[in-house]
Amino acid sequence: MSARGTFAGTIVGISRTLADAMVYEDLAHRPGLLQSLDPRARLVGLLSLVLAVTLAHRLSAILLLLAAGALLARLSHVGILLLGKRVWLPVLVFSAIVALPAVFLTPGSPAFSIDALAFEATHQGLNSAALLISRVEAAATLTTLLVVTTPWMHILNALRSFRVPQEIVLILAMTHRYVFLLAETATQMFQSRQSRTVGSLDRATQRHVTTRTAGVLLSKSMELSGEVFLAMQARGFRGNARALVGCRLRAKDFLGMAAFLAFATLCVWAGRS
Amino acid sequence: MHIPDGYLSPSTCAVLYGGSGIAWYTSLRRVRHSLNARMVPLIAVFAAFSFLVMMFNLPLPGGTTGHAIGVSVAAIVLGPAGAILSVSVAVAIQALFFGDGGILALGANCFNMAVVGSLFAYASYRLVAGGAALTSHRRVIAAAIAGYVAINLSALLAAIEFGIQPMFFHDTGGAPLYAPYPLRIAVPAMMIGHLAIAGVAEAVITAGLVAYLQSSDPALLRTTSGLVTDGSALTPTSLRHLWITVALLLLLTPLGILAAGKAWGEWSIHEFSEPRGRARIQAASRDEAPPAASPAGLRRLSTIWTAPLPAYAPRFIKSAGFGYFLSAMFGVGCVLASSLALQAVLRGRRSLGPPQ
Repeated sequence: MSARGTFAGTIVGISRTLADAMVYEDLAHRPGLLQSLDPRARLVGLLSLVLAVTLAHRLSAILLLLAAGALLARLSHVGILLLGKRVWLPVLVFSAIVALPAVFLTPGSPAFSIDALAFEATHQGLNSAALLISRVEAAATLTTLLVVTTPWMHILNALRSFRVPQEIVLILAMTHRYVFLLAETATQMFQSRQSRTVGSLDRATQRHVTTRTAGVLLSKSMELSGEVFLAMQARGFRGNARALVGCRLRAKDFLGMAAFLAFATLCVWAGRS
Repeated sequence: MHIPDGYLSPSTCAVLYGGSGIAWYTSLRRVRHSLNARMVPLIAVFAAFSFLVMMFNLPLPGGTTGHAIGVSVAAIVLGPAGAILSVSVAVAIQALFFGDGGILALGANCFNMAVVGSLFAYASYRLVAGGAALTSHRRVIAAAIAGYVAINLSALLAAIEFGIQPMFFHDTGGAPLYAPYPLRIAVPAMMIGHLAIAGVAEAVITAGLVAYLQSSDPALLRTTSGLVTDGSALTPTSLRHLWITVALLLLLTPLGILAAGKAWGEWSIHEFSEPRGRARIQAASRDEAPPAASPAGLRRLSTIWTAPLPAYAPRFIKSAGFGYFLSAMFGVGCVLASSLALQAVLRGRRSLGPPQ
């Protein structure tokens, strides 16, 4: 890869992450079924479904949970195309690559064989591969639904109400802000380097430039942390943080949570081996 | 190395959440105790930095590119407690905000990368760097080794987590329910890429960053250098705590004899010829019958070295518990003696070397 290609690859990677974040933020503010629930109810409900996906031992139960995920996406105005492009297809490709050899390597009763390659597929191998792919697809769909329908600040509020230590919530909140700030700084550094590069750089120089850029980013980060700490002290920060937004669970949220939990329990029961 | 949901069983996830939970609690307590409010923005900034470093395309020797995690730099600059928290936060944001890595598997991902990665990166860096000056080349080499060791140990742990799934979790027909490959496939499949690419990427970026800090801001390397006795370096109090912990673990060693059975693959050649031994091997190998005779290679190699304290049971001690305890004492004594000898050698070399 040329220097321009290496630097451009990093710039594109960072830009894509930032673009994804903006798309998710937009989806989180659309009116929809999941968005209308309290973030705590959403978190508990979707996590109970993810747990059910991993606890179910039957393919039919896992496929039912995947279908429920697709239905929830539809009712929450999360496009099926978006799910297909960002979740289903990449997960399918990755999981299939991982699971395919298991079809032939798992010991068990023979299902079919490829004589030219002397490979013999087993029923157990086929079952294991199908379970793995469907399980990962269903879990990724439900996790993505949580991510795209919940603004980051609501996730933090939910974590705080679940008694996660306030320092951790504060660090998560600050990290989220710094990620965007530092991403912009890193992109600008790579862009400026790219614009000053004429001809090609050998790989050792490219490596040197990348590590030096990371070093400068680290120095800037440390400087920033010092400045932010002083600013926090100036505003009276003494190590304690309080959330301003308080939220109360409504009857609708309890109902939603109960529906999720009941469905998850049903799928675990139906999916037991 | 970000494990998605579905590859690990819920019980594996729960155990690893427990392991990470202990590390988070201890790190948080240490950070609260030693560095107070200043650490909050520092950890947050470092978590963001770690998040971004994972996106950097790093050209590697051989024509490929790799991505680092940044765990070793965090361990070298912040110390293990700060690194555990900052890398955990980066991994949590990837899972909760970008859907990269599972939520149920978050404990496993944090345990592999943030907890084990930080601890081993810090330990390797301190061990190799010794008391070298902040601007010494030895620290750059120590950083590279720390990065390589940390990533590969994290990957090995992930491989073991994958590899134990088919041993414990399969349906009534024998089909694995989660990650389908046993250890003999999972470990090499995972390690080849990490030993050849990801480990090199982490080593290059860690060494490069330490070299950069040495020239631009060496003060950032002071906290974990061992050259000063601040809150994060080993103080007499922390050393006393370490000794108390080692003593407690020594006292608890007889618990080891309560464990039933034998670890898979740790069989002696005699067990292949005894009916009871053969039954044990078969039961532990998912009903696969062992070979009729012990493997020739095992027979040949098993006579090369005879352990002075075989099976942790000295022949001259009748009590199994006391024998186990004495073996533990002997083992700890050997480790301490080797460490002191290594320290003496390194100190001797430093005093002979040119002034820095």
